[in-house]
Formats: sequence, structure tokens, C-alpha cells
Amino acid sequence: MRYLPLTETDREDMLARIGVSDIDALFSDVPAGKLLKAPLDLPRAKGELEVERILGRMAGKNIAASAVPFFVGAGAYKHHVPATVDHLIQRSEFLTSYTPYQPEIAQGTLQYLFEFQTQVAALTGMEVANASMYDGSTGTGEAVLMAHRVTRRRKAVLSGGLHPHYAAVVETLSEMANDEVVALEADVTGSEDILSQIDDSVSCVVVQSPDVFGNLRDLKPIAEKAHAHGALLIAVFTEVVSLGAVTPPGAQDADIVVGEGQSIGNALNFGGPYVGLFAAKSKYIRQMPGRLCGETVDSAGQRGFVLTLSTREQHIRRDKATSNICTNSGLCVLAFTIHMTLLGQAGLTRLAEVNHANAVKLADLIAGVKGVSVLNESFFNEFTVKLPKPAAAVVEALAGKGVLGGVPVSRLMPDAGLDDLLLVAATEVNSDDDRAAFAKALSEVL
Amino acid sequence: MAETRYSKDHEYIRIEGDLGTIGISDYAQSQLGDVVFVELPVVGKALAKGGEAAVVESVKAASEVYAPVSGEVVEVNGELEAAPGTVNEDPAGKGWFLKLRIKDASELDALMSEAEYQNYVKSL
Repeated sequence: MRYLPLTETDREDMLARIGVSDIDALFSDVPAGKLLKAPLDLPRAKGELEVERILGRMAGKNIAASAVPFFVGAGAYKHHVPATVDHLIQRSEFLTSYTPYQPEIAQGTLQYLFEFQTQVAALTGMEVANASMYDGSTGTGEAVLMAHRVTRRRKAVLSGGLHPHYAAVVETLSEMANDEVVALEADVTGSEDILSQIDDSVSCVVVQSPDVFGNLRDLKPIAEKAHAHGALLIAVFTEVVSLGAVTPPGAQDADIVVGEGQSIGNALNFGGPYVGLFAAKSKYIRQMPGRLCGETVDSAGQRGFVLTLSTREQHIRRDKATSNICTNSGLCVLAFTIHMTLLGQAGLTRLAEVNHANAVKLADLIAGVKGVSVLNESFFNEFTVKLPKPAAAVVEALAGKGVLGGVPVSRLMPDAGLDDLLLVAATEVNSDDDRAAFAKALSEVL
Repeated sequence: MAETRYSKDHEYIRIEGDLGTIGISDYAQSQLGDVVFVELPVVGKALAKGGEAAVVESVKAASEVYAPVSGEVVEVNGELEAAPGTVNEDPAGKGWFLKLRIKDASELDALMSEAEYQNYVKSL
């Protein structure tokens, strides 16, 4: 097959079609001072050792998550991943696996996708799960689109406890599809009146629990009201470990459950790649996005695995596909599945208990710091702290003392007027010493 | 005796007064193979002649079913949800897709009669 790059005419046609004069116009929203006018001033060549030294020095300016007491969460969590996981996923059969559309040569990949789906369905308490999405936020966007297909309505109501980045993805996708989004005000205490937003025009209600401020939400009354009006409840989570301790959304009658699986098997990875978990009631299976792996038997009656219901997908349905997602987070899924297999049900429950216990200890400790209060009535492993001064400055000062203390709410919601709030996460990696260091540093900087 | 007419896309429409029952021909179902799912429009939807009326999925493909004439959907065959295979077993009978209130009877003139359609299929 020949590779045919674009001709100048092709480029001009495309630019004319979208109504811009030149390529530079496509970068118009990059701040002027940030756009390179000339190539970076890099030397032509340097020895490997020298390059490693230079880059190592540069990297040393960062405070690594594993180097200090670390309490940053808000959708990405630092957990301990067993060494086995990293070792196994680096096997070349897994590391280089391609789309498993040919079951006769992809049984290994298909089997772990099937196991993953089984685990996700069990964790969320749902009937069917897909082979993963890119991450929790894009999964949430896809869940909203799916709800619109199921209900044939086009209005989504987003809880004020939904992670703002997730809400932003929903809004971007909806804007492009001309769908309506009603995003509620930031809801610090988990006490918003979302029920009054539900009527016959609503396609879906999107509620996160534990929410972005850490509160656990009772989904059942929301599900009931949604169903009474022919709408769907989409339950979201950013911390999958919570499902080892809380009532799963499936048991609260959620129709679609979507969330982030990074905590299991996956490191922080600089913010990605992550792994989106996506599950639903089986009656909606045909409207699900993404891949689905199924179990079947071959001509000799032996158990085997195949991608199934592929007619939903874009390689067959083209523009009528349920989604333009035609892939999944394969390697992150494998890491998730191996870690989850190592934990088992009892292990996950224990891990969740340790996370919660560590968060409770931390909350008690920092609530004792003068001028500091913890706002949550309930939480899993993350909670909201009210400080006597802007949280962003406090976080900077804490970093100066070698503690990464959390995410200022102002960073996620710059215009919400919640500058004195700090999101603090605790996991099994935090020790008593870490917590003591945090409380001490906090009392010093306030 | 209700008259049945056919489109080149292998849809049939059985005409009874101003109502038309729409499905796919026996030839179409045999070409598709085992039908596993049928997606039907909502009752009340206005369909344009040649516009997408439904989707029929077999094991390996999904095909659009187009409205042979314009009209409003007055009924859909909900039985197909649980038993899509009916389309294979009895395409002209229990395997119907939807019923349409025909907007403009003159649009029927462009469609083929039973005999014309059989000849058309033979020519394929």
C-alpha cells in the first residue's frame, strides 16, 4: 500500500472547507507568548549519559508522588500496585496485542477482556460491562449519549457533586451534538435538590458517589424519581476502590454505571492513560458504546471468547454506530484485571477498609489543627477541608515543606468561590508518619 | 385482497386503504442471514420516502430499511424485539416491521408489483 501524504491542494481544500485562512489560524487559542516561533534551541547531539544527567536534573525539580507524604486525589489516586502486575503486563503477547477481531489468534486478549467485564459487572452490581473506555470522564460523556439513545430525549442533568472535568467532557460532547446539559451548582455538602430537576423532558441524571467533595450519596431516591419520569440514572465514581466498601450503584437501581479504574493496577501515569469502567442494565446492551467480549463455544464445543454485538460499532455501523469509540484501554485493563484477581473479593474489601480507616485517622488529625474543619458527614477515602486562607497558597506552602497536601477546589472550579476548600485523599500508602507530617506542616503554614 | 408492492431496496409494503405494512422481502432476509436485532422507529414519527425507517441487524452486518413511501408510523411490531428471527421465518407475515399511514398514494406507482419484483430479483 502506498503512503500518500497530503498535497498542498488537499490542505487548501480542507482549510477552505472549515473556513480558516492558514494552518496557524488553527492554533489561535494558544496564548501568543506560548507558541514557538522557531524550533527549540537544542544541541544537534549529546551522549546518552549526558542526556540522562540533564533530564535527571530537570526531573529532580519535581516533587515525585512517591518521595513525600502524598494526599492528592480528585480523580487520580496513588495506590500500591503489586510488582507482579507490572511484570506480567510487559509480556510481549500482551504489550503488543492488537485489536482482537480475529478470535482464532486473540484468545488470550479476549479472555482477559471477558474476565475484566465480569469483574466490573460484579463490582458495580450491574448485569453487563464493556471492555473499557479511555477513562472515567470520556466514559461519562458516552454514558450520557447512550442515555439519549435509550430515552430518545436530549437533556442531561449533572449533579453539582460530579467531578468538573467529567462535567466538562459531557458538556463538550453535548455541545457538538446540540444536546442540552443542566449542570447544577457546586454541591459541597452533597445536599443539593436534584430531584426537583427531574421531569419528563430529562434523559438522564448524572450523580457521582463518592462525589468530588468526598460525600457518599444515596442514589436510590434519585433512581426512583428518574424512572418515574422515564429517565435514566447514571452513577459515576472516580475511586473504584470505594466499591469494596459502599453499596454498589447497581444495588441502588442505577441504569448505567461509569467510572475510573485507575486505582486498581495502574499508577498515576502523569494523568493517563487510564481505564474507564462502563456497565449497564442488560436491556440497554445494544445501545452501549465500545467493545463487548462474549463467551461462546467453537465447532468442537470448547469454550472460547469473541467480540460480540459488534454491529453497534463504527467499523460496521459507520455513522450509525452507537459511539465513535472503537477501542479500549487494553493494557490498563489487563493491569486492572491482574491486580483485581490478586486481591480477590476479600482482598478488595480489606483494601477498602484500610483506605477508609486511613482517611478517618487523617480527618481526625487535621480537624485538630487550629482554624481547620472537615466538612463531610460521610466519606470514603477523600474529604473536603475548610481552611482559614486560600487553599492554593496553602498547598504551595505545604509543598515547600515536603508534603503534597491535596487539590485546592479553586483549581477544579476557579469561579465557584470555594477558594478556602481543599480536597484531601488518603489511601493505603499513607503511614502514621505521613499523617503526622501533614498535620505538623499544616499547623506551621496556617 | 391487499396489494403488495416492492422497492429496489427489497422492502415490501402491503397496502390496505391508506395504511401500509412494511417489512423486508423473503429475498432480503435470505441475503442477510440470521437476523439478530431489529431497531424500529417510534410511533408517530414522520417518514420521508427513501428515508431510514428501521435497522435490521444480522450476525455480521447492519442494514437500513428505507420507507418505500412517505407517511406517519402508526404501529411497530414489538414482537421482533424478543424474536428477531421471525423476520427470517415469516418475512411477509409475522415478520413485519411497521405500519404507516400513507401520505401520498401516488408514490406507490413508482414501486414494483409482485411479478415485477420477482423478475428484478432474478436479474440480480
